[in-house]
Amino acid sequence: MSTVALPRTLPAWIWPLAVLGAAYGVVPFVASEYVFDALLIPFLALSLAAVGLNLLTGYAGQLSLGTAAFMAVGAFAAYNFNLRVDGLPLLASIGLAGLAATGVGLVFGLPSLRLRGFYLAVSTLAAQFFVQWALTKFSWFSNDNASGVIDAPALEVAGIVFDTPAGRYIFSLTVVTVLTLLAWRLVHTQTGHHFIAVRDNELAARVVGVPVLRTKLLAFAVSSFIVGVAGVLWGFVYLRTVEPAGFNLDRSFQILFIVIIGGLATIRGAFFGAALIVVFPLLLSRVGSFFFGGWFDSGVLDMSQRIVLGALIIFFLAVEPRGLVALWDRARERLLPA
Amino acid sequence: MSFIKHLKTAALAFMLAVSGLQLAHADANEQFFPLQSYRVGPYAAGGTGFFGGFIDYLNLVNTRDGGVGGVKLTWEEGETQYEVERGVEVYERLKQRPGIAAWNPLSVGIAYALIDRVTADKVPLLTINHGRTDTTDGRVFKYIFPLLLNPYSETSGIVNYIAGKEGGTDKLKGKKIVVLYHGSPYGKETIPVYELLAKKYGFTLQQIEVPHPGNEQQSQWLAIRRSKPDYVVLRGWGVMNPVALKTAQKTGFPVDHIVGNVWSNSEEDVIPAGDAAKGYVAITTVAAGAQYPVLQDIAKIVYGAGKGNLQDPKRIGSVYHNLGVLNGILNVEAIRIAQAKFGKRTLTGDEIRWGLENLKIDEARAAALGAKGLFHSINVTWDNHEGDGRVAFQQWDGSKWNVVSDWIAPDWKLLRPIIEKSSLAYAKEKNVKVRKSIDD
Repeated sequence: MSTVALPRTLPAWIWPLAVLGAAYGVVPFVASEYVFDALLIPFLALSLAAVGLNLLTGYAGQLSLGTAAFMAVGAFAAYNFNLRVDGLPLLASIGLAGLAATGVGLVFGLPSLRLRGFYLAVSTLAAQFFVQWALTKFSWFSNDNASGVIDAPALEVAGIVFDTPAGRYIFSLTVVTVLTLLAWRLVHTQTGHHFIAVRDNELAARVVGVPVLRTKLLAFAVSSFIVGVAGVLWGFVYLRTVEPAGFNLDRSFQILFIVIIGGLATIRGAFFGAALIVVFPLLLSRVGSFFFGGWFDSGVLDMSQRIVLGALIIFFLAVEPRGLVALWDRARERLLPA
Repeated sequence: MSFIKHLKTAALAFMLAVSGLQLAHADANEQFFPLQSYRVGPYAAGGTGFFGGFIDYLNLVNTRDGGVGGVKLTWEEGETQYEVERGVEVYERLKQRPGIAAWNPLSVGIAYALIDRVTADKVPLLTINHGRTDTTDGRVFKYIFPLLLNPYSETSGIVNYIAGKEGGTDKLKGKKIVVLYHGSPYGKETIPVYELLAKKYGFTLQQIEVPHPGNEQQSQWLAIRRSKPDYVVLRGWGVMNPVALKTAQKTGFPVDHIVGNVWSNSEEDVIPAGDAAKGYVAITTVAAGAQYPVLQDIAKIVYGAGKGNLQDPKRIGSVYHNLGVLNGILNVEAIRIAQAKFGKRTLTGDEIRWGLENLKIDEARAAALGAKGLFHSINVTWDNHEGDGRVAFQQWDGSKWNVVSDWIAPDWKLLRPIIEKSSLAYAKEKNVKVRKSIDD
């Protein structure tokens, strides 16, 4: 690769910039519709959700199993803002949806002031069940659609409609980039350090003057905002339809696995993990049928997928808790010794 | 060394996979059916039966008639496990193939996710017996076809059947009906219609939810025993159905006063319930049984040649299999009708949409297709995408389903205004132009 020739004194921001350059400058011209609609867009939405959860779980140490619920809040809130406030720009409804998710996140973050670890994880389950129940129970949320399913509005920003696959990709990429930059910035501020202090030792953090309660709630708020926007991307840009059942506990676990496999407490990890989770089943099915033909039917595929994913999670938890990111860094150091 | 070789092969496969390259290309005279099927997961029984029947019929048309007007029917399956994301992935993967006829996911969730996509791609989407009720209004939903039955006409059909047993709709006054519904968007879809019909006919109504998946129904049936209804309507799905029948037996509610809806009417729903299901009645748009000529042909020609899709040939003629065959008939007839106008060649999705909007199969044509008694008739128009299908009721005798009613009509006139209200609200919400004629 040509990167070998680069001088080693490059600033750290050159890598993200190169990736972004490729994502904006190359991908839109070479990828097929299928790659946009079935791979890149879900990848971006899940990555963003994982960035959100990583702030909460990876950085601030608050384990949550309610991620999908906050995604649902985001998606349904954006739908309702868009529907009920005439002339509200799409970006504004997405922002408001994030705030709505923040509000719900704060409420369900309150137990974190008293509970820790396993107990907190269980209490965030309440968010998961409550939100799904409320969205199905009160048909107002779905504009009285009898089956509780809603449709996405057109993606229009300042008169430009993003209705092609490449357009939807650019739209999601921009949203994800902006929020990821903010998250990245946040973890490098004092607040970010407070997150880590609370995670590593709550008592010590309190002793050195970290406002523990405020920090915890702030982690829930920021995380829910990002996850809520990710829910909007998932519902409006990827599936273009939303039903509460789509945001079930499985989705919460999926995002947690992304964070674990990608790497806790790294922003990059969210993207690594999401790439693996999105691409892996498709690759497995195609590679499987390439090698084994008809024998590798959908049943076998599903089983092998679960086995491999389960094994991966155990592997990462036991051997490399810092996830794919750590593996990547080590590989790079080997290839480009300093 | 050989490990490196393997690695190279794997890398090659990887690249093929990622690029989504399709090596096979279709002949000019082929019409392609992309199938979002599910053969594993919780709903595999329905998936294997329905898609098995569909493929069996396409095979029959290819083998017996050499295709439709000389055009061969082809298909490829993508496993969805009934999950929306997987359905969308399969859509994006298979939509690149040439000559796509129509999409037929047997899933409300996947159908919802495809509405915008098929409308943009101008390819029809069929949701036989299910789907979003207001897509019946073809003025708003140009490419969506909930053929034969939507949830509202299903409800009306069931209430009409109960009225018939009581001796007329005026006898419904003062009767008590309990609706036991699955706790999901599908299960809830008919709540407002039952309320409307209760008000119109003056029966007392109680709607009780069974939480997904429906393994536990003791408290629901206790409530039913306390309120002593005249009828219980079972709006179930999957495991909920046999559990309901068994729990009804335990609580002493007579099974012949339970009326099942269209997703509670298969062999897979009653056989696990054993004796408890004997005498149970359910609505259907397709009769069970393998005695119809089209099914005899499938057994003889398709399975005779070893090309049958069902692993267990004993399932030929089961409700889900017959529904798949009927779905095949409707798709193929739409192509035939469109070919008469546009020529005997591979048609575009929009041309087949025209065929569907002129899909008329009367009883005589149904008989000519070998489906007399298998289903009644259909008459789709550009603004009515359901097609005025009739429904029948069948009773489980412990070993097979027997049709126990005439083919009866739901109260379409009553339902149309509610459907239009909902579809026009959708049109407003999504800025869809309401069509004025078939050419719009």
